[in-house]
Amino acid sequence: MNTASKYRLSLLLLLFALVFSFVLNISFGSVSIPFNSTLEAILKGQIENESWSYIIWNYRIPKAFTAVLAGSALALSGLLMQTLFRNPLAGPFVLGISSGACLGAALLIMGASLFNGIFAFEFIGNLSLVIAASLGSFLVLFLVLTVAARVKDTMALLIIGLMFGSITAAIVSVLSYFSTSEKLQQYIYWSFGSLGDLSWSQLALLGGIVLIGILLSIASIKSLNALLLGENYAQSMGVQLKKSRYVIIIATALLAGGVTAFAGPIAFVGLAVPHLTRQIFNTTDHKVLVPAVLLYGAILMLLCDILAQLPNSANVLPINAITSIVGAPVVIWLLTRKRRMLF
Amino acid sequence: MSNTNSHSTISVKNLAIGYQNIVVAKQISFDTFSGELICIVGINGIGKSTLLRTLGKIQPALAGDILINEKPLIDLDSKALASEISIVLTEPIVSKNLTVQELIALGRQPYTNWIGTLTKEDKSKVSEAIQMLQLEDLAQKKCYELSDGQLQRVMIARALAQDTAIILLDEPTSHLDLYHKVLILKLLKSITEETKKTILFTSHEIEMVIQICDKMLLLNEEGSPYGKPSQLIKRGSFHNLFPTDTVSFDSDTGTFRIKK
Repeated sequence: MNTASKYRLSLLLLLFALVFSFVLNISFGSVSIPFNSTLEAILKGQIENESWSYIIWNYRIPKAFTAVLAGSALALSGLLMQTLFRNPLAGPFVLGISSGACLGAALLIMGASLFNGIFAFEFIGNLSLVIAASLGSFLVLFLVLTVAARVKDTMALLIIGLMFGSITAAIVSVLSYFSTSEKLQQYIYWSFGSLGDLSWSQLALLGGIVLIGILLSIASIKSLNALLLGENYAQSMGVQLKKSRYVIIIATALLAGGVTAFAGPIAFVGLAVPHLTRQIFNTTDHKVLVPAVLLYGAILMLLCDILAQLPNSANVLPINAITSIVGAPVVIWLLTRKRRMLF
Repeated sequence: MSNTNSHSTISVKNLAIGYQNIVVAKQISFDTFSGELICIVGINGIGKSTLLRTLGKIQPALAGDILINEKPLIDLDSKALASEISIVLTEPIVSKNLTVQELIALGRQPYTNWIGTLTKEDKSKVSEAIQMLQLEDLAQKKCYELSDGQLQRVMIARALAQDTAIILLDEPTSHLDLYHKVLILKLLKSITEETKKTILFTSHEIEMVIQICDKMLLLNEEGSPYGKPSQLIKRGSFHNLFPTDTVSFDSDTGTFRIKK
């Protein structure tokens, strides 16, 4: 009883922190806009300075929403994978989702020049990259799942996912080797991850995908909790293992695949946030962990994005670098402070 | 025994167990009734755990029939089975960051709603199980803080909270000292007496379980003897349990002697 209300209070505080980070994130950018004006623009929808209004509504708010979606979706899919594979090193990408997306993007960007005539991509736009990354993710995930249907052991599935990742990484290396430096640079830029390229309509699409992923995860909370004892125990308590395994994998594919398609392969958040959350909340109950990782993921991503912006400068650092530089020391600190990895 | 309870809780006929096409033991037949404490003994590798896992539907039977409360095991899906059989395995649990109370409450999963909310009834079943296993002082502790013996009691409490007619336990006394072995066995005995559940477990402590079990299954490759320990001793069934060149069974004391 007491602990339940304590959790509720913590989650409420986190929600406030999320709103604050959201506004803070919007107030920072390459063009300096005062915090008060930012707040006014968000609340009223319009301020006197039209270019500020334009920047806030068409650039910064979509980017902040992308950060929220990316952070929470990656964190949640990381939690799902860690519980499903009962492995603290698992993350959203263990099933080959990110390596598939990389393969798709690499084929589109670098393969076009390599296989001239076969792949006749003249124009590489934002949307075609999204499609290529999605197709790549889907293809690799489909292969992993096809193999998964033949193996009974979930651990084998984890290794199969890693093997497919190695294969796609190798293909990307070959493509890079034969690619022009210009195309290579383009690919590397994509692989840094980016939150700022989404239009409102793309954002709505990503939001829909992530929402379905979240709903599937919430529906899996009971079986996730049972899986904390292991698969045999879970089954003995009425969990339909095969079905829950597929629901969890599909949820991960939607969450991590959706974000990777739109924002590139953003590393670390998915691995770290579940650990961070377990350490801070000191629980493994997914009824608490699911909402908590969603909130922490979103907050972490918003804060990382602020740092990536290098406030008041025109330079933007790759988000992928910031998430690791900021996140890794925090996780190390938490683990050494408690001297025990809670899982 | 009353008439309503006179059907067998587990009925096994000509069962063969093993992996894929490797049969480890066959022609296993026995019937259990409610309120019985039954121990499966046998030499290493004879398939004690395999039998238990087959009864718990973790792995399929190779041949023969298993009826659980008169229903074929094969027809029970995991949900239906979860309210008939609960298990305690030798494999370690994945997350030891659960509190004792949380872990025992997971036993209520077959009865809770889609997200696992505990009702009043669920909570009272959990506290009953905590009381019966004398875990009141440990209820709020994390599982990583417990000793092996305490954790074993917690796992039994979880099975008890699942409120099934049958509980299967795989080597509940392994890794425990003499005191805790006896403690666990006595707890199992008192659970069968108080709750009328059927408890089936595997063990290597033959000399102890002979004194406390209602029935025993001496697992052999073919035709495993089953019955009350006293009957089994009378029939001389224990003599064939182990290769006779190393140990022999002393029927008078119910113990094994090392051959010199």
